[in-house]
Amino acid sequence: MDFNLTEERMMLRDTLRRFLADKYAHENRRALIAAGEPFDTGIYAGLAGLGVLGAMFREDQGGFGGEGFDLMVVFEELGRAGVIEPVLPAVLAGGLIAAIGNGRQRGLADEIIAGTHLAALAQGEAGSRYDLNHVETTAAAKGDAIVLNGIKTHVLYGAEAQTLVVSAREAGAVADAAGISLFLVPVNTPGVTVSGHRNMDAIPSATVALDGVRLAETARLGAAGGGLEALEAAVARGLAALCAEALGAMEAAKDLTISYLKERKQFGLPIGKFQALQHRMADMLIEVEQARSAVINLAGNLDQPRELREIHASAAKNLIGRAGALVAEECIQMHGGIGMTDEYALSHFARRLTMIDHLFGDTDYHLERFIALKAG
Amino acid sequence: MDLNYTREEQAFRTEVRQWLKETLPHELREKVRLGKRLAKADMELWHSLLNARGWLAPNWPRAYGGCEWNAVQRHIFEEEACLAHAPRSLPFGLSMLAPVLLAFGTEDQRQRFLPRILNGRDWWCQGYSEPGAGSDLAAVKTRAVRDGGHYVVNGQKTWTTLGQHANWIFCLVRTDPGAKKQEGISFLLIDMDTPGVTVRPIVLIDGEPEVNEVFFDNVRVPAENLVGEENKGWTYAKYLLTHERTNIAGVGFSTALLTTLKHVAGRVKSGGRPLAENPHFAARMAQAEIDLMAMATTNLRVVSAAAKGQAPGAESSMLKVKGTVIRQELTSLLRRAMGPDALPFQPDFLDGGSNAAALGPDHAAAAAPSYFNMRKLSIFGGSNEVQRTIITKAILGL
Ligand SMILES: Cc1cc2nc3c(=O)[nH]c(=O)nc-3n(C[C@H](O)[C@H](O)[C@H](O)COP(=O)(O)OP(=O)(O)OC[C@H]3O[C@@H](n4cnc5c(N)ncnc54)[C@H](O)[C@@H]3O)c2cc1C
Ligand SMILES: Cc1cc2nc3c(=O)[nH]c(=O)nc-3n(C[C@H](O)[C@H](O)[C@H](O)COP(=O)(O)OP(=O)(O)OC[C@H]3O[C@@H](n4cnc5c(N)ncnc54)[C@H](O)[C@@H]3O)c2cc1C
Repeated sequence: MDFNLTEERMMLRDTLRRFLADKYAHENRRALIAAGEPFDTGIYAGLAGLGVLGAMFREDQGGFGGEGFDLMVVFEELGRAGVIEPVLPAVLAGGLIAAIGNGRQRGLADEIIAGTHLAALAQGEAGSRYDLNHVETTAAAKGDAIVLNGIKTHVLYGAEAQTLVVSAREAGAVADAAGISLFLVPVNTPGVTVSGHRNMDAIPSATVALDGVRLAETARLGAAGGGLEALEAAVARGLAALCAEALGAMEAAKDLTISYLKERKQFGLPIGKFQALQHRMADMLIEVEQARSAVINLAGNLDQPRELREIHASAAKNLIGRAGALVAEECIQMHGGIGMTDEYALSHFARRLTMIDHLFGDTDYHLERFIALKAG
Repeated sequence: MDLNYTREEQAFRTEVRQWLKETLPHELREKVRLGKRLAKADMELWHSLLNARGWLAPNWPRAYGGCEWNAVQRHIFEEEACLAHAPRSLPFGLSMLAPVLLAFGTEDQRQRFLPRILNGRDWWCQGYSEPGAGSDLAAVKTRAVRDGGHYVVNGQKTWTTLGQHANWIFCLVRTDPGAKKQEGISFLLIDMDTPGVTVRPIVLIDGEPEVNEVFFDNVRVPAENLVGEENKGWTYAKYLLTHERTNIAGVGFSTALLTTLKHVAGRVKSGGRPLAENPHFAARMAQAEIDLMAMATTNLRVVSAAAKGQAPGAESSMLKVKGTVIRQELTSLLRRAMGPDALPFQPDFLDGGSNAAALGPDHAAAAAPSYFNMRKLSIFGGSNEVQRTIITKAILGL
């Protein structure tokens, strides 16, 4: 065993950390959000230039990474800086295109890696909650065309994307595992209506209505009716990314709190001298280290067979959810009033940590899933 | 002991319920039910409705227009009002300043200020905390210097809840910088329209400017606005804090929240079944309910034990800690219950200005903002750490 990063990953981490420290000040980020901008296209181009997007893909996919630890290194840094630019869709939608796309479709992955094309995953629906297999959107053959109907919800970066990767049902009942296909849908296809909004954590998201959207057979990504397997694998990578991002956000929140406990004086003493707070800070440190180990476990098992991969995905998301809530709530509490203000960075980390629990399955969902996977 | 409500208490409950049904405007009720933000006019309307019925000041003596309700009556009213989705009435004038004026003010001050709290002419806010004086409240630095018939006030207050709507602020000010820190503080009433008062809003984690900074720059305050004696303000300040904590358990709010939570969990589906049938989620809800059932009784035990018209002592710290933890847990469960629908931030819907439909089912839009907002419960009114220290010293004798 070796718990050290390779030299390449260390370099990537260090350059990324420097870039973000230099360019991603909290005030700039707040001003961007206040101005109603979904994200900073200049920063996004900068991230692509540093190779952040390339690191999400294997060499044979046109990248230079693609392993769990590549995701971990990158997303921990993104989380630490509170980055809202669309790197996650590159893992989810881009990852699907690169993994199961045919030769022509994979051309899109090159543009995604270059940062010149944005593809978003349109998977959720009003009735699906966290179940990837719950797909009510239909895909029906009409002559030589395929026609999509349905509404996709919580499509992260949906209003900024040029292409959507849509899950739709070609056969079977609403919650069947079989019968789900994935489709590449350019957003300007007639019948596609995208309405954007912002999430609590400032990440842009959208609702996508698909009303008689006619596609050619060639729009199908992967095998007809076999989309779920690929979707689950891509979401496992997305979970690794999100868990690592949460880890970075926890580290940042913890660091802010440690500094504040040293600085803030009440009753003539730095509040960090009060044992009531010291012990809680110690507990938090322990939980963050546990969270790091859970992310490492997932990153290291991402390319293992399905069962092992998914056990670690659910274990990590469950633990990260618990640790994230603890860190968000305790850091606010130990700051007092200042921790609740929009002006101060902590509240933004707390919002992101909390909202990550609502993406691709929360603590409870993954606890049950873990139990089921272990029993199976 | 008898846990049953007497016939009079049951009749009172029916009366309150009926009144709420007839009086609470539908639009206001819907705003509260869906967790939308209330405008100043909404809160003023609610106060005026209560005042017209004579129910605005539950704790005050009848002679000053109050109800003189006992603990059980207050509990019944609060529970019914919360379950009917009525707004909360604002505590700053009613249950913070008024008890201080009743105990330590002059009759002139009572006659001058109490009626204006009831008829809505004045909106009070609480000027206690400062940047350097949070938990260590006695460290307040805002300075008041006597100059003939006036005090000249300079300094800054912060975290002033709804100060943007207020026209009066009660302040702890330092009048004797040479004395021991608790002994140089006075309790001063300041008209916020006086030249030199500036209010700057602070946006909180839920996107709402609920609190403010209030700056005082050579503000001239008539000396008659001093409450009680100069340099005795700390005694009054602490007296006020125990009154602030009388309703701190928030049993009514939690009861209403639990009802909403059960309603949502019965409708939202997870894995094809209602979330309420999910054993894991059902267990969490049940635990919160069990805690709340006990809290309702703990609250009544503590509040009933206090002498008539008086606030409970250190025991109120137990209510603060456990009551706020339960309420925070319920907001956390409601947020989780919404699943991905808790994600979108919908300020236009929450502000109630637009009639735009919310994304997601009922209660989704407010679930995350109110979870974040309720983090304040364990911070203000004396943080839960401070309450535990009070319990340690005053009850445990450690
Ligand atoms: C099963 C067992 C095996 C042990 N084996 C060994 C052994 O092999 N060798 C050996 O040398 N000793 C051993 N010990 C003794 C152990 O190290 C002591 O029990 C321990 O150091 C605590 O001391 P104490 O029992 O005197 O409790 P105290 O020190 O009196 O503590 C009592 C309580 O107060 C708390 N406390 C004390 N000081 C503080 C503080 N500053 N802040 C906050 N809380 C505080 C403690 O956490 C504890 O809860 C063993 C004890 C047990 C229970
Ligand atoms: C939403 C909101 C509304 C408010 N409204 C008002 C208002 O209307 N009027 C008003 O005057 N004030 C108001 N407050 C202020 C509130 O009373 C203070 O925030 C509170 O007293 C804590 O002070 P602080 O924020 O400065 O935190 P600090 O006192 O700096 O505390 C920071 C942390 O240290 C802990 N701590 C401090 N001392 C100790 C100790 N000795 N031992 C252990 N732990 C300790 C605290 O518990 C907290 O966790 C409001 C606050 C909030 C968040």
